[in-house]
Amino acid sequence: MYKQNLYTQIIVGNFKLNKSIIGINLLICYREAIFEKRYLNNYLNGENNMKKLLSIFAVVAFAFSAHAGTLDDVKNRGFLKCGVTTGLAGFAAPDDSGEWAGLDADMCRAVAVAVFGDRSKVEFITTTGKSRFPTLASGEVDMLARNTTWTISRDVNLGFEFVGVNFYDGQGFMVPSALGVSSATELDGATVCIQTGTTTELNLADFFRLNGISYEALPIETNDEGKENLFAGRCDVYTTDASGLSSTRAAASNPDKWVVLPEIISKEPLGPLVRHGDHQWGDVVRWSLNAMIIAEELGITSENVDAQLSSNVPEVLRLLGVEGNYGEMLELSNDWAYQIIKQIGNYSESYEANVGPDTPLEIARGLNALWTQGGILYAPPFR
Amino acid sequence: MRSNLGFFSDEKFRSIFFQTLVVGLFALGLFFVINTTSYNLEKRNIATGWSFLQNPAGFDISFSPFLEFKSTDTHLKVYFVGVLNTLLVSITGCIAATILGFILGIVRLSSNWLLSRLVYIYVEFSRNVPLLLQIILWYSILIQLPRVKQSLQVLDVFYISNRGLYSPRPIFESGFSYVSIAIVLALISSFLINRWAKKRQDKTGQQFPVFSSSIGLIFIVPLILFFIIGSPLSFEHPELKGFNFKGGLVIRPEFIAMFLALSIYTAAFISEIVRAGIMSVSKGQREASAAIGLKQTWIMRLIIIPQALRVIVPPLTSQYLNLTKNSSLGIAVGYADLVHGFGGISLNQTGQAIECMAIVMATYLSISLTISFFMNIYNRSIQFKEK
Repeated sequence: MYKQNLYTQIIVGNFKLNKSIIGINLLICYREAIFEKRYLNNYLNGENNMKKLLSIFAVVAFAFSAHAGTLDDVKNRGFLKCGVTTGLAGFAAPDDSGEWAGLDADMCRAVAVAVFGDRSKVEFITTTGKSRFPTLASGEVDMLARNTTWTISRDVNLGFEFVGVNFYDGQGFMVPSALGVSSATELDGATVCIQTGTTTELNLADFFRLNGISYEALPIETNDEGKENLFAGRCDVYTTDASGLSSTRAAASNPDKWVVLPEIISKEPLGPLVRHGDHQWGDVVRWSLNAMIIAEELGITSENVDAQLSSNVPEVLRLLGVEGNYGEMLELSNDWAYQIIKQIGNYSESYEANVGPDTPLEIARGLNALWTQGGILYAPPFR
Repeated sequence: MRSNLGFFSDEKFRSIFFQTLVVGLFALGLFFVINTTSYNLEKRNIATGWSFLQNPAGFDISFSPFLEFKSTDTHLKVYFVGVLNTLLVSITGCIAATILGFILGIVRLSSNWLLSRLVYIYVEFSRNVPLLLQIILWYSILIQLPRVKQSLQVLDVFYISNRGLYSPRPIFESGFSYVSIAIVLALISSFLINRWAKKRQDKTGQQFPVFSSSIGLIFIVPLILFFIIGSPLSFEHPELKGFNFKGGLVIRPEFIAMFLALSIYTAAFISEIVRAGIMSVSKGQREASAAIGLKQTWIMRLIIIPQALRVIVPPLTSQYLNLTKNSSLGIAVGYADLVHGFGGISLNQTGQAIECMAIVMATYLSISLTISFFMNIYNRSIQFKEK
């Protein structure tokens, strides 16, 4: 009874102010609105109009995904949620002990280390080529490190922000060596396994159109499905990023039976991405990646990092947090980069351990070498 | 107490008040959902609107038996290709499921112990295993077929491999249109003969050999015409060239897996519906018709089935709807239906999830409503007519 009277009073009170609609709305969102004091204050200060009011609801309804900074969310949650592939050896795949390992997995761990100082504080969430963007947009993951190509439409139209490139790749083709094909232009009439929802799908159509040859697309969802169909002979050719092909080839029972064709038909800069608009969080991810690249440039490795603390090179001291307060600027601890290098290693260490020439993938550094060593890997200065 | 309520004691006012309140709250809720969504889309810089439908798709769809599709075609065409593929598997699936379901339903009631037990096992197995698993099972079996270079050859003209079933494609030459016209005319006239014969039988009791005369009209007359004109039909045979067979007709394993899984799964439900329908006809009907000396097949065709249909058709309609909606599981094996092409690839390439999903949902809704509409008309036509 008391409650009813209270509500009636609010409604009646607002009728008097000729703001009946606002009154009813306020009634509905009253409890939630308390959490959104900024908007409520604006409303009470008389700045309100219909649009402002809508924004209250919008923010209230989506409070969990849209209102606070991702960095705060991650800190409060106590672990990072990182979107990765469903399993691509060398980039992100569970190893023999069930731990996620790979270049992308290291990227996730580096961010977890930057935030928590602990490489285990990360939950890996698998996404397909198709589910990755909705998963990130809805806030189900904090970032994606999922072999994702940086393109203008994804950066601009989909509302994401690519923070860097952790692997320069290009699209290639893999065929059984028994076919005797030596160039992709000989593939007229072939059935091609292709992951849907990827840039490779579009490049493939362009390549065949440009060369005036035909093909039949067999759409697949995951790399495993592609592997299965290729090995069963349902398709003649598998096309994806060259690194992915090396990974698939390495997983075959007899890798010599498969050959990766020499053509690279596209630019595929793969990198981590976050939601657009949360620049603080974007900075954390961006500089976690850059820290690993800069560490390689400066010759800091997980083994010598402790010795480097007493280095006399100013940039080393800034990176390791001995000098300056770069950590604070990012709202992280000052030894965040030190911890990344200590626990994950520099870019080169991660590369060599996951995809380098000594791994089953056998991918030479190539474009991914430092800019000082003939590659194009380059990070802005740390100052 | 009563007087304090004022207007509220008026029943008419009260009912209008509460109905207005409910409608108002619903409208308010809808309003907030739409506004919240558009606010968040704008805030996250996600593009909205329908103009993407006119943009070139950029990707290829290989399974498009009715429309030629190139990567330069628009997303709108992706949609039409998807709708046609969805309809293809739904319609063929519904037909196969109905035929199979009717046969199984009748066999289940057979006095042959072994037959009825076998159908019982089939029904319990296929309707209690998730459809998705059945689709994947069929697909896994189909891609274990021989590779394209080692295709099985059947009757010299059919080739079976894990790329599908290749068969000769009929090519209709100039004179064939006369044959098609003859077939259409034959169909119409046998329909008219059937009506006339029924009327005559009702009036005089005399029978007319409707079945054999229809067969003669529909098959033999056009066939004679076909040879008189000089066989205006040839076949294009599939040939193994390079990586694949060229020419001919091909049925892809993705389609076969979907078709088999959908029709076998739904047939199990339909057979139970048919069984229930037949059992709902009272035993007296069968005994009475036997007593007047009707043949066993006639009892089924003239007495039992017409009465059973009244019970069968309404649940049959929901099975058709289920089958159509279940065809969206084609995505699991890469069958290029509406959900896979437009609701999947286009959605992903353009990022306009809400628009794509809204269109896909509206399409399924219209297909389902169309099926219901026609099934309701059919249902009305088989109900008892009070005279």
